[in-house]
Amino acid sequence: MSLSIIKPGVLDTIQDNGRPGFAKWGINPGGAMDVYASKVANMLVGNCAHEAVIEIHFPGPQILFEQNALIAITGADFSPTINDEILKPWQPVVVRRNTVLHFPKLQSGARCYIAVHGGICLKKWLNSYSTNLKAAAGGWFGRQLRKGDELSFKENTIYFAGLLNEAQNKRELPWQADSKKVYKHMHEILMIPGNEWNELTDSSKNIFLENNFIIHPSSDRMGYQLSGDSISLKNNFELISTGVSFGTVQLLPNGQMILLMADHQTTGGYPRIAHVISAHLPKLAQLRQSDCIHFIMTNIETAEKLLFEQQRDLQILQRSCTDHLNAIVC
Amino acid sequence: MNEWLLQNPFAGIKDIIIAYSSLSVFYDPCTVKKNYPDFSTAYDAVKDKLNEAAGQASNYNIEQRHEIIDIPVCYDDKFGYDLNFIAEEKQLSKQDIIHLHTSRSYKVYMVGFLPGFAYMGKVDEQLIVSRKLRPQQVISGSVGITGSQTAIYPTTCPGGWHIIGRTPIKLFEPAAEIPIKLTLGAQVNFYPISEEEFNSILEQTPNR
Repeated sequence: MSLSIIKPGVLDTIQDNGRPGFAKWGINPGGAMDVYASKVANMLVGNCAHEAVIEIHFPGPQILFEQNALIAITGADFSPTINDEILKPWQPVVVRRNTVLHFPKLQSGARCYIAVHGGICLKKWLNSYSTNLKAAAGGWFGRQLRKGDELSFKENTIYFAGLLNEAQNKRELPWQADSKKVYKHMHEILMIPGNEWNELTDSSKNIFLENNFIIHPSSDRMGYQLSGDSISLKNNFELISTGVSFGTVQLLPNGQMILLMADHQTTGGYPRIAHVISAHLPKLAQLRQSDCIHFIMTNIETAEKLLFEQQRDLQILQRSCTDHLNAIVC
Repeated sequence: MNEWLLQNPFAGIKDIIIAYSSLSVFYDPCTVKKNYPDFSTAYDAVKDKLNEAAGQASNYNIEQRHEIIDIPVCYDDKFGYDLNFIAEEKQLSKQDIIHLHTSRSYKVYMVGFLPGFAYMGKVDEQLIVSRKLRPQQVISGSVGITGSQTAIYPTTCPGGWHIIGRTPIKLFEPAAEIPIKLTLGAQVNFYPISEEEFNSILEQTPNR
């Protein structure tokens, strides 16, 4: 045992970068809603980007560390504390054994990620640690974390004690990730047209690009229901089910839209009017119920450019985190 | 085309979704771009690969599958709670419906929606009904029909198909090497069983 759940949050699950390759069995990739934040959490503590992390929502859990650990918290800001001392997110921190991590206040964002140095001991299902709640498989027994669950670390982390003074419960290490660029202009979401975009009436295209849409309270890890002015097709037609993706915007028969998120179904039969660009999925993942979205049309070239920039920044971060950590541990 | 892509994958391909009349290919643009730097975008590189795949696919022999899977179904009202509705709507007796559903074999055209959810067709024209207006909670193993399709719900979830029976057979087992029972291209036959038989098969199935 290395950490235990004293009090579970509303939805705490084990996630990683997802489980691609099994759509032929109807199993979707799933994974962290905000893959950028989960990757950064891992990198800050010197892990591979695809280690298992804990994804939490607000209200978050209370977690007892039963041994010293190097952790990082990224994504949403739920004002994390260790034994009531404030922790800086997006920065690695050594925590002493028998301290409690707590998330008392929702500041911003929707999903927060906790990574521990070395990763968590889990068996992979179909090459991934991600929890698939619908399949009741993967992650921690295929379910969300509950009170009393005890998760073990892969690595013995006893040596981190040397980094703490006797009086200290935690110590932030002197490197951090700058996430501002990724979450800039939170509500402006770039998209490319979907296969059925040109089936929309001209006025519907205008509504889609000019109006704001509100994320409906029934939104979850499967998808966000968007409310706003009704959108319609030039001709009603029944579409044959086709593949869909994280970020696909589908038009429902009632003129409202659904934006598919990480736990979406593999196929869908509604018109696909747009796809959110991959580089903007982290922003989407951090939007909350009642937040608004403003769609902006872009093209493949820009979409790829933004993703490559994000990827390059992550590679730089990974290298510098590894160097920092090696300098401290050696 | 799917077979060809599986035999000749390009760097960065992540997943393929086969549906009735489409094939969706998912890729990691970063890996594609790194491996095919001569293209101006990763998208163009993938497009080129898919054009090649489409060209090759036409003279690619797909091994026809002859696997036949027999699925026992209990068509009692208790499990097939929409039988009465369909009987009234289609002016058929329940026996007619059961007979029509079990007297032909179906092909799995597509797997999607949920883990192990196999879209099978085509059902007899006399059984064509539209989707329910509002999805209802459906118990795992329930056999549904809509349009010219039939399927079995592998897990308990909301669904909009009309339910005509239930199978005690497990269709999704995460721990199995191939976790789903009905894969693309399989031939499926349904046969009717009594409630007693249903229960006895269920008892023999572990962890259900």
